[in-house]
Amino acid sequence: MKKRNYRNPVGVGKYTGLLLIMPFIIGFAAFTLYPFAASFAVGLTDSDGIRAGSFVGAENFADMLSSREFRGAVLVTLRYTLILVPLKLAVSLLAAVLLNAEIKGIGVYRTIFYVPSILGSNLAVVIMWQFLFTSGGLADQLMGLAGLPPVGWYGGSGSATAMIVLLRLWEFGSAMILFLNALRDIPAEYYDAARVDGCGRVRAFFRITLPLLGRVIFLNLVLQVIAAMQEFSAPYMITGGGPMKSTYTIGMLIYDEMFRFHNAGYANAVSWAFFVLVTGVVLVLFAVTRRSREEDGV
Amino acid sequence: MKKLPLYILLTAAAVAMVYPLLWLVGASFKSNDEIFSSAWFLPRSFDLSVYARAWRTVTPYSMGHYFLNTFLIIIPKTVFAVVSSVLVAYGFARFDFPLKRLFFALLMGSMFMPAIVTVMPLYMLWSRLGLHDTYVPLTLPALFAAEGAFVFMLVQFFRGVPREFDEAARIDGCGSLRLLVYILVPCIRPVIVSITVFTFLWTMNDFLTPLIMISSVEKYPLSLILRLSADSTGDGYEQRKIIAMSVIGLIPSVAVFAAAQKKFISGITAGGLSG
Repeated sequence: MKKRNYRNPVGVGKYTGLLLIMPFIIGFAAFTLYPFAASFAVGLTDSDGIRAGSFVGAENFADMLSSREFRGAVLVTLRYTLILVPLKLAVSLLAAVLLNAEIKGIGVYRTIFYVPSILGSNLAVVIMWQFLFTSGGLADQLMGLAGLPPVGWYGGSGSATAMIVLLRLWEFGSAMILFLNALRDIPAEYYDAARVDGCGRVRAFFRITLPLLGRVIFLNLVLQVIAAMQEFSAPYMITGGGPMKSTYTIGMLIYDEMFRFHNAGYANAVSWAFFVLVTGVVLVLFAVTRRSREEDGV
Repeated sequence: MKKLPLYILLTAAAVAMVYPLLWLVGASFKSNDEIFSSAWFLPRSFDLSVYARAWRTVTPYSMGHYFLNTFLIIIPKTVFAVVSSVLVAYGFARFDFPLKRLFFALLMGSMFMPAIVTVMPLYMLWSRLGLHDTYVPLTLPALFAAEGAFVFMLVQFFRGVPREFDEAARIDGCGSLRLLVYILVPCIRPVIVSITVFTFLWTMNDFLTPLIMISSVEKYPLSLILRLSADSTGDGYEQRKIIAMSVIGLIPSVAVFAAAQKKFISGITAGGLSG
């Protein structure tokens, strides 16, 4: 093995840095590595969360794969992710482009658009959100003003999903901020040169802005996919997973198995499989976008 | 005048974003009948007594008690997060050591770990240690740089501080730790503000971890008492009371955001972190 030279200030050994990052190493082992290994190990038992339980081999994993409920939850979670994430990326990018304008008072608009993403995941907002959609709530009132009949929001699977999607879509501010930062790094000269060459605004967006944003679009995509796939508090509070389990996400399934039915072995098997699923989706995203990222020099 | 259409568009969008919140604050003053008969947010009359009832909650304890609980979690957690993230980021930004690239990759990877995956085994671990239903599971992980995003943001800021500062201080006889405390930390104060604000807001928002770890009503943080109240439907169930409790529960987050807004927004835009 090649001997490596550690470039450190005079009098500083190669272990000083290691000592400084020790909190992270311990924390990673205790709060990431350990749970990952433990959930697999517990997944091989019939533990109820209190007793350790006895070894049952791959039974929980086999049950999971043949369970209609599990497959249903996977489909609900993927469908929700596929609806929410593209909408959220499009809205946040559009908002970022509009808010990138250097006009008077733009800071106020930036703050207003950003605030829901800070408050939106607060349980207080999730609770209040329910009241917007109860029969006769603001949503129905507005439909009435537009001359449309009221919707039984909690009754249909599509409208129940829509309530949750709308809540999370409303929180587009965090993705928007990342886009806004990236937009500010694009030199204005690019657009000046394009205009001289007779390139319109819309074409400039697709030819200049979008390609240069490749990195941050990907970052937002990964962050939003991970967040959407673990959705728990909105269906838990707003729809309870209903109607007919149409908003019953994997997060809810894991929680119910663990704390309502005390099937800790099964719950851990599902949460371990879920981790593999999320990692798989992220790796697929990496693979699918590899070409465009390489062109972009990421 | 060319900008007028942009202003109109932005104003319309901003109103659409804020109106649901306004309507809900207004709804806290309305009777059940009035809530469901008007899209206009202003109530016919302002009856503040609902807030007095909301403050008393549905438990023997008042909202003040639950605010206190929440702060008992937030304060140690913030101190832990700032100290540990600064130390770890300093190590990554200014020192060379074995396996540095591997550990940095793990740090980035841990940012993508879904919480729902780790929370079940951790719940079983904390129960076995007898620490379930205490604030230890909610605060202690912060002591170990649990938020990779904070470390990442700090590393970027440390890199922006010229190394000449370090060299000058070392020539004057400053050790690694004194250099950090007296020279570097003052340079990165805006990020420390951001970390404090984010820890505050994220802890206010956290629902899953306390839901799983805290079981006695006496120790509930705000999010759990709101859930309990929203779930308890029975005689005298008043929607405005629950909405009023939610409004009260949002006040700390709004206040902290408003107070820190200027520094905070510049911190996140510079560090590339977001909510």
